[in-house]
Amino acid sequence: MWGILGRRAVDGGFSASSLRRMRSGLVSARSYAAGSKEMTVRDALNSAIDEEMSADPKVFVMGEEVGQYQGAYKISKGLLEKYGPERVYDTPITEAGFTGIGVGAAYAGLKPVVEFMTFNFSMQAIDHIINSAAKSNYMSAGQINVPIVFRGPNGAAAGVGAQHSQCYAAWYASVPGLKVLAPYSAEDARGLLKAAIRDPDPVVFLENELLYGESFPISEEALDSSFCLPIGKAKIEREGKDVTITTFSKMVGFALKAAEKLAEEGISAEVINLRSIRPLDRATINASVRKTSRLVTVEEGFPQHGVCAEICASVVEESFSYLDAPVERIAGADVPMPYAANLERLALPQVEDIVRAAKRACFRSK
Amino acid sequence: MALSRLSLRSTTFLKPSSLRRHVTTDTTPITIETAAPFTSHQCDPPSRSVETSSAEILSFFRDMARMRRMEIAADSLYKSKLIRGFCHLYDGQEALAVGMEAGITKKDAIITSYRDHCTFLGRGGELVDAFSELMGRMRGCSNGKGGSMHFYKKDACFYGGHGIVGAQIPLGCGLAFAQKYSKEENVSFVLYGDGAANQGQLFEALNIAALWDLPAILVCENNHYGMGTATWRSAKSPAYFKRGDYVPGLKVDGMDVLAVKQACKFAKEHALKNGPIILEMDTYRYHGHSMSDPGSTYRTRDEVSGVRQVRDPIERVRKLLLSHDIATEKELKDMEKEVRKEVDDAVAQAKESPVPEASELFTNMYVKDCGVESFGADRKELKVTLA
Repeated sequence: MWGILGRRAVDGGFSASSLRRMRSGLVSARSYAAGSKEMTVRDALNSAIDEEMSADPKVFVMGEEVGQYQGAYKISKGLLEKYGPERVYDTPITEAGFTGIGVGAAYAGLKPVVEFMTFNFSMQAIDHIINSAAKSNYMSAGQINVPIVFRGPNGAAAGVGAQHSQCYAAWYASVPGLKVLAPYSAEDARGLLKAAIRDPDPVVFLENELLYGESFPISEEALDSSFCLPIGKAKIEREGKDVTITTFSKMVGFALKAAEKLAEEGISAEVINLRSIRPLDRATINASVRKTSRLVTVEEGFPQHGVCAEICASVVEESFSYLDAPVERIAGADVPMPYAANLERLALPQVEDIVRAAKRACFRSK
Repeated sequence: MALSRLSLRSTTFLKPSSLRRHVTTDTTPITIETAAPFTSHQCDPPSRSVETSSAEILSFFRDMARMRRMEIAADSLYKSKLIRGFCHLYDGQEALAVGMEAGITKKDAIITSYRDHCTFLGRGGELVDAFSELMGRMRGCSNGKGGSMHFYKKDACFYGGHGIVGAQIPLGCGLAFAQKYSKEENVSFVLYGDGAANQGQLFEALNIAALWDLPAILVCENNHYGMGTATWRSAKSPAYFKRGDYVPGLKVDGMDVLAVKQACKFAKEHALKNGPIILEMDTYRYHGHSMSDPGSTYRTRDEVSGVRQVRDPIERVRKLLLSHDIATEKELKDMEKEVRKEVDDAVAQAKESPVPEASELFTNMYVKDCGVESFGADRKELKVTLA
C-alpha cells in the first residue's frame, strides 16, 4: 500500500545504513572517539519530530506528501505508519489553505508542524505566517499564542532554477513575533527542531536540501529524547583570533573549509554558526569581533537587505572602535538563480570567496 | 390565567396590567415562524418553526439594541477623533450576532473579519472593554494593542478580529480541525463577507474541510457590498450558499434573528454529523464599509432608508414583542433608555481609562522571550531585552 518497498521505519536513533559521507573536507580540531555515532541531518530531523509526537499528543504533522509518500525529502518517513492518519496529514497542493488551517489549529492549542515542500512555496502562504501567526500574540495582548512550526528546505539546491532556489531567512527574520532557526549539523537539526516544536511561539525552521544526506558525529547527549538547544544562541564551531566568520546552514561547512585554508596561510579564523537568525545572537557575534577585530559575514541568499547586512550593521553600531578593517559580506549573487551549472556556481558563495574576503579583512593581498 | 402556546396569529386583546404576567423571565417555550422560508442547496432546509420563549425574544431585543447603540456611539467617537484608523461598523447586522449566539454555545468557536465589535459583544465581551480598545486604552480587550479590527475573547472561544480579507476562513477551518482532533462535540462558525467570498483561500480551506469532515460552518454575511463594490460587480455567481458546490448550503434572511438562530442550530447539528456547510445570511449594513466611507457613492440613500423601514432587525423584534403581547411599547422604550445609559456609562468609563504604559510597546511579542532583544526607533536610545 505504501508503494515503497524495503524501507525500514526510522523510530528514533540513527540509521546504520546511512551513507557515511564525511562532511566534505572537514577536519575538526576535536577528535572523535573511535566508534562514535554519526547521524544524517535527515535522520536527525525525523527522530526529532518522532520524539516530539510521541511526547505530546497535540503535535501533528501536515504538508504535501508527508504521509503516504513518506515525505518529499523523506524527512517524515515512517511517521504515518507509526502514528496514523490522525497525526500525519497529507494536504492538497494549497499552501494558503493548509497553512491557514494549521495556524487556526494552533490558535486552538494544537501544535502543528507544517511542512513546505520548499520555502519558495511558503510565499503562497506568507500572509498566514506573518499576519495570522507572527502578530497574533501581540495584537491580542497575549490571549492568542501560536505554537506552530513551519519547516522545510530553504535556499539553493542544485540546478533547480530561479523559482526553487531562494533563501527566505532575511524575509522571515525581519518580522517581530517570529522565531527563525537554521540548523547546520545533525545535532543542530535535532536540538533546534525539538526546541521549535516545544516553543509556544511561531517558528520558521529553515533546513537545507543538500544537507539532508550529510552525516555528522552526534553525541549521546544529543541522542537523548530530552535534548533541546536554546533558541537565540549561536555556536562557535571553530575558535580563532584573527577574523570572525559568521554564517548559517550549508555555508557553515564552507566557512569551516575556508578556515582550514586560511590556517595554512597563518590566519586563524573563528567560525560562528548562527543557528538562530531571529533572535540573532548579537552578543556572541560582537564578543567575537571584539576579540578578532575583523568580520566576514556569509549567507547564500540575496545580498540586498540580507542577514549579512543586519550583522554588519550590528557590529558597526556596537563594536565600531574594535574594528581594524571594513566589514565584509559574502552573499549569493544579486541575480535570480540561473540553471547552467557554471552560472549557478558563480551565483553562490564558494570557499574561495570566503577566503578572499577574510584575507581582505586581514589586509593581505592575494 | 396562564397563556398557552402562542401561534402566528397575534393575540390582540388587552390585559389589565394587574393580571399581566411578568414576562422578562418567562421561558415557556413558544414557537414562531420565520418570516421567509430557507432556501437550501444539497440538503433539506430546517423547519420554519423556531422554538423560542418570551424571555429569549426580549433578550434579543435588548442585545441588539445594545449593539446598535454601541456602533452609533463608536461613530461619534470616531468623528471626535477618539477612535483612529479603521472603524468598520455593524449596525443593521445585529440579528446575525445575536441569533447565532442563541443557536450555539460558548464552547463553539467563532472567528470573523474586521467588522467584529458586535460579535465580541455577543460572545460576552464588555462594552467598556470594547470602547477602551477602540480608543487605544490599556483597559481594552487587547490592551489597546489591537484596535477596532483585533478584538478577541479566547475564554469564550472568539478568535478575533482579522484585518486581511478572507484570512479568517482557513483559520476558522483550523479551529474546526482542532475541535475534531480533540474529539470535542463543538463546531466553528467562520464569518466572512460577500467580498471575501471570492477569495481563493476560501475554496482551498473548504476543500480540505470537506475532505477531512471538519465541523466548520462558513457563514457568508452577505451585506451586498464588498467595500464599494456591489455583489453583481464582483461575483459571477452571487448565490454564495451554492458556491461550495459539493458542500451543502442554506440561504437565510439575516435580518430575522429567529431565522438566524434556527439556521445556526441546524448548521451545528449538520456539521457535527456531515462536515462543512455554508450559511448565506442576507443582511445589510447601514454605515459605509468603514468610517472613511460615506456609503452613499455606490448606493442610494433611498435604498438604505428602505431597508431601515422594512427590514430593520430590531424593529422586527419590537413588532413581534408587541404583537405577541410580551412587552408594551413603554417597556421597550425603557429598555432602550437603559441600554443607552449602559453604553454612555461605558463610553465615559473608557474615556477615563489610561493609555498603555510605554513599556507595553515591547510586551506580548512572544510567550517565551528567551532573551530576545527588541529596539525602539533609535536603537541606541531604546533597547529592551525581553525577559
